[in-house]
Amino acid sequence: MARFIFGRVVQSLILLCLVSMIGFAVLHLAPGGPLAQFALVPGMSQADIARIAAQMGLDRPLPIQYWEWFTRLLLGDWGNSYRDSQPVLSVIGSRLGATLQLMVTATLIAIVLGVWIGVMGAIRRYSVFDYLGTIGAMIALSIPTFWFGLVMIYIFSVKLGWLPSGNRSTVGDGSFFDYAYHLIAPSIVLALVEVAVWSRYMRSSMLDVINQDFIRTARAKGLPERVVLFHHTMRNALLPMITLAGLELPVLLSGALVTETVFTWPGMGRLFLDSLGYRDYPVVMGILMFSAVLVLVGNLLADCFCAIADPRIRLD
Amino acid sequence: MAADMDASSVLDVRNLAVSFRTDRGEVPAVHDVSFTVKPGETLALVGESGSGKSVTSLAVMRLTPPAPQASLTGSILFRGRDGQVRDLATLAEHEMQAMRGNEISMIFQEPMTSLNPVHRIGDQIAEAVRYHRKVDRQAALDRAEELLVLVGIPEPRKRLKSYPHHLSGGMRQRVMIAMALACDPSVLIADEPTTALDVTVQAQILELLKELQERTGMAVVFITHNLGVVAEIADRVMVMYAGRIVERGGVVPLLKHPLMPYTHGLLRSVPRLELAAFGQAKLEAIRGNVPDPTRMPQGCSFHPRCDHAELGRCDRTIPILEEAEADHLVRCHRWRAIASVEA
Repeated sequence: MARFIFGRVVQSLILLCLVSMIGFAVLHLAPGGPLAQFALVPGMSQADIARIAAQMGLDRPLPIQYWEWFTRLLLGDWGNSYRDSQPVLSVIGSRLGATLQLMVTATLIAIVLGVWIGVMGAIRRYSVFDYLGTIGAMIALSIPTFWFGLVMIYIFSVKLGWLPSGNRSTVGDGSFFDYAYHLIAPSIVLALVEVAVWSRYMRSSMLDVINQDFIRTARAKGLPERVVLFHHTMRNALLPMITLAGLELPVLLSGALVTETVFTWPGMGRLFLDSLGYRDYPVVMGILMFSAVLVLVGNLLADCFCAIADPRIRLD
Repeated sequence: MAADMDASSVLDVRNLAVSFRTDRGEVPAVHDVSFTVKPGETLALVGESGSGKSVTSLAVMRLTPPAPQASLTGSILFRGRDGQVRDLATLAEHEMQAMRGNEISMIFQEPMTSLNPVHRIGDQIAEAVRYHRKVDRQAALDRAEELLVLVGIPEPRKRLKSYPHHLSGGMRQRVMIAMALACDPSVLIADEPTTALDVTVQAQILELLKELQERTGMAVVFITHNLGVVAEIADRVMVMYAGRIVERGGVVPLLKHPLMPYTHGLLRSVPRLELAAFGQAKLEAIRGNVPDPTRMPQGCSFHPRCDHAELGRCDRTIPILEEAEADHLVRCHRWRAIASVEA
């Protein structure tokens, strides 16, 4: 087990280096740059801009800029935001809570609803419920997140006035219920695609297991169908779902980016988009690296849980 | 109607028929199968793949798919421990659950995939005990340990905690047997339990089954395509072809003087050492294949593959299962003619 984890950590570190290089290169190759905003300031001369560029280190060759950024990153210095000179880590830290809150809620909704729909669909295969689940999942997968978000706001905030149209809480009200109330719409929007994905995977996984020989053995023992389904079938069908949870992390992160923007949610995703607009290189790179670490750690954890939950992979 | 069962039998199957609903319509898998089994007796069910022998055994356990997907007619009379005769074919599902794995058990062909990979051996055996005997977990595990001793698994206490992937195929089949015997069933159905195993292990498992049968007096329905195994363990034999019984009788008369050409063919396709010694080792195969159940030939379903088929008769009407000798039934238009030629 320790060797397996060590190998995966080394792999992940190599991957992180690659992500940082590609991200850095692509970001700097994009047209415009942090200097563009100064060009519009009245009375700013070319010489002034060149001086600012030299101060920010932007006049040096790209590989050298990368190397400087990367070595400082390794020492724990993620740089300062170009916009307000705050350290990148504290900028991310101030937004992380909101994003995690949204992602965790959406994931819980997705797992509970998705697993339930998938299991019921598999048990009552080709029933009305199963067809509705299948069609619903197809629709959910084809609806763009931003559009669904806008529709939710239009119906539930503008027309019905039931839910807030954005933000994490009402100013001056920090109660749990206020937070939960604000969380409803964005977490449903973010969870929609995930519910669809989970229900499809769970359904096919259940059907895979239900046709296995050992399910026939369980029935031959005279076990009640409930025990056959939950103790024997579902226990096996859930194993691939652990891997799915890891694989869905990047989807969830990019979904959060759109959802946060639509619902003016003060999270990492919106920070990323704003910073991208300002060409705030340190913050953008910081969020990129942070998300990459999150995804890699998530997948590593998923693999470890898999090994714990499945006696066949358990390495002893 | 259930009361008129023969007092000496434990299982009495009458006119069993099973068909499956598929995209190509209703496909019959088993027609008009009747047989009885007495306590302590071993009935071998013989036939090629697709002959309906597995479906017959699953139907007796009521493990064929539920109503709209599969239909089951006929009766399956079973004498319970309480002496009461029940028709398993019409029993409610919860009543059937109380019988399965308790009074009537089954073991399967594939020991490698027939155990749940994520549960411990001990728990899987104990489960059968707990649901039928209403004892606590520890008592059930104690019983599981006893059963592992019974089926000859070394270090039973340690093995209770093993997962299926820790065990070899032969050991897993022993675990399956332990599971099936957990509640002392009066009928054990063994669906090709040795087919997937090494030859040496096959012999051990057969030996074990025989020994356990002697000890418990249970009836065994043994499904196989291996006539060597039949000779070794069976008291009576039932040969199936394309979903029908084609010959049924005691093991010695049936193997020594088979009446149905199909049984002849099966016997000739068994490799025999004494012939090999004289350079006559040519194995005879039955030409052709088992017919597709959706396109059954007219008349006797074996006639396209039969050397004795008589045009105008065998390809027109389905022969009835008639008594050729006492307790020796055959389904063939021409068995008399064939028997007189061979004699």
